[in-house]
Amino acid sequence: MCGIVGLYLKNDALRPELGRLFRPMLLEMTSRGPDSAGVAIYRDPVGDGETKFSLAHDSAAHDWQRLAADIATALEASARVRAIDTHAILVSDADESRMRARLAEAHPDVRLVGSGTSVEIFKETGLPEAVYARFELEAAGGSHIIGHTRMATESAVTTAGSHPFATGADLCLVHNGSLSNHNRLREELVRHGLAFQTDNDSEVAAAYLTWKLRQGYSLKRALEDALEELDGFYTFCIGTGDGFAVLRDPIACKHAVLAETDDWVAMATEYRAIARLPGAEGARIWEPRPRTVYSWGPDGFEGDEDDGATASSAQATTVRPAAERAAAGGVH
Amino acid sequence: MNTLDLEALGLRAVNGRLHALRPETNERRWRIENPRGAHAIACGLSSPLDVEIAGHVGFYCAGMNQRAEVTVHGHAGVGVAENMMSGVVRVKGNASQSAGATAHGGLLVIEGDASSRCGISMKGIDIVVGGSVGHMSAFMAQSGSLVVCGDAGEALGDSIYEARLYVRGEVESLGADCVEKEMRAEHREALEALLERAGIDADAGDFRRYGSARTLYHFDSDQAAAY
Repeated sequence: MCGIVGLYLKNDALRPELGRLFRPMLLEMTSRGPDSAGVAIYRDPVGDGETKFSLAHDSAAHDWQRLAADIATALEASARVRAIDTHAILVSDADESRMRARLAEAHPDVRLVGSGTSVEIFKETGLPEAVYARFELEAAGGSHIIGHTRMATESAVTTAGSHPFATGADLCLVHNGSLSNHNRLREELVRHGLAFQTDNDSEVAAAYLTWKLRQGYSLKRALEDALEELDGFYTFCIGTGDGFAVLRDPIACKHAVLAETDDWVAMATEYRAIARLPGAEGARIWEPRPRTVYSWGPDGFEGDEDDGATASSAQATTVRPAAERAAAGGVH
Repeated sequence: MNTLDLEALGLRAVNGRLHALRPETNERRWRIENPRGAHAIACGLSSPLDVEIAGHVGFYCAGMNQRAEVTVHGHAGVGVAENMMSGVVRVKGNASQSAGATAHGGLLVIEGDASSRCGISMKGIDIVVGGSVGHMSAFMAQSGSLVVCGDAGEALGDSIYEARLYVRGEVESLGADCVEKEMRAEHREALEALLERAGIDADAGDFRRYGSARTLYHFDSDQAAAY
């Protein structure tokens, strides 16, 4: 199972309401994923030359101020930290690779769960309602947010195994489904220098995208390659600095629905997660097609194929691998 | 008309109220308000009721329906009218995957588009889709009719046994053992009757017919090496 949800606000006036609007979306997906929950919220962009790091620790009592002081001294950099339960948001002008190295060396019990200019990632085990409350998300404002409720099938129920998984600066992934070639792919990615925190199959999908993006591929191109190289069932929602993208596997095994009004764009595993948004009944609602990359944001992808989503601001691109086309309808 | 507020009463109470009605009841007309995408609304009805649902519904709406006429004034989630036995289910908007799955009888009308696997394993239901259907529609269809006024996605009618498929627009590809067949007068008459019952204005002469080549009914020793 698992439930995934995303909300992008087109109307800037709604931004202070983001956390309040998103709460019923995430909570409605509790029955699909009561084990753990997580969100990536995009808010409060940092200044030029600064990076925002989302950090997590097993203990809510962890001394984050001490960590910030150490970063400031060791890296001769700015470091302001805000603790929220088991997580902390650290803003620093330190170089990201030096930050990673310092955290690994001096703070090995701290997990770096995401980084960028605006993204903040919070995830924990427990019911979505409890997780949402722990991280004070109801009062949170922002431009967009994606979330995940987890019913684990492939690996342990742990904070590190919860979604979202970071895939690069301001990029992260939530996944509904299961991948069947993740062990082989993980070995390959390790050879390419990627590190893993869990045995989770979704973390492999995130690492795969990270690897592609590091090589300079666009997110669209990385997702198109993922269609060829990830074997299994998936609906992905990928949070970006500008909005979010949605991709379903070539046979659309896992559910997904998209809805759009003048004020917002929402995606969810099921419509009931969208039903309580203002104007949902009158929204344009459609099901994303398989093997098609959808994205929203002011700097969305270039789309090369029109979709059922004609009146939408979405950019949609359907990918048709030649080998798959030939096989379709062939083998009984 | 009796009105049931699903938000106030909860799903079990709403469905329980409808299930408690005897076939000879005079309380035939019902309206369900605030469906908000809930699953299994108006599921398992067995009396000849007229049920209007005011909004979008979740999965399995009107599943296992017998005799009732259920109208969804919105979109429907996965498996609308799955395993329907008789009666009519009408979706004014679009339907998600597996609409009319395994259904034995009755009429399912989807005025908008249906997603993938529409009519999967259909066993006697008639389905009329005003728009297009997604990939793998009528997969393993065994009996009944699927009418598509728009286009059909990849692998239409894959592994079809029987069942008649009528498509007005483009078929992206046919599935294994599904072939185009001649549209004879009897098929045209049947299609006209279906469109009439569905209340969809379309010319039966614009449709093409597809069905089973029946080559998968028996094991073919020429293909033994494939197993």
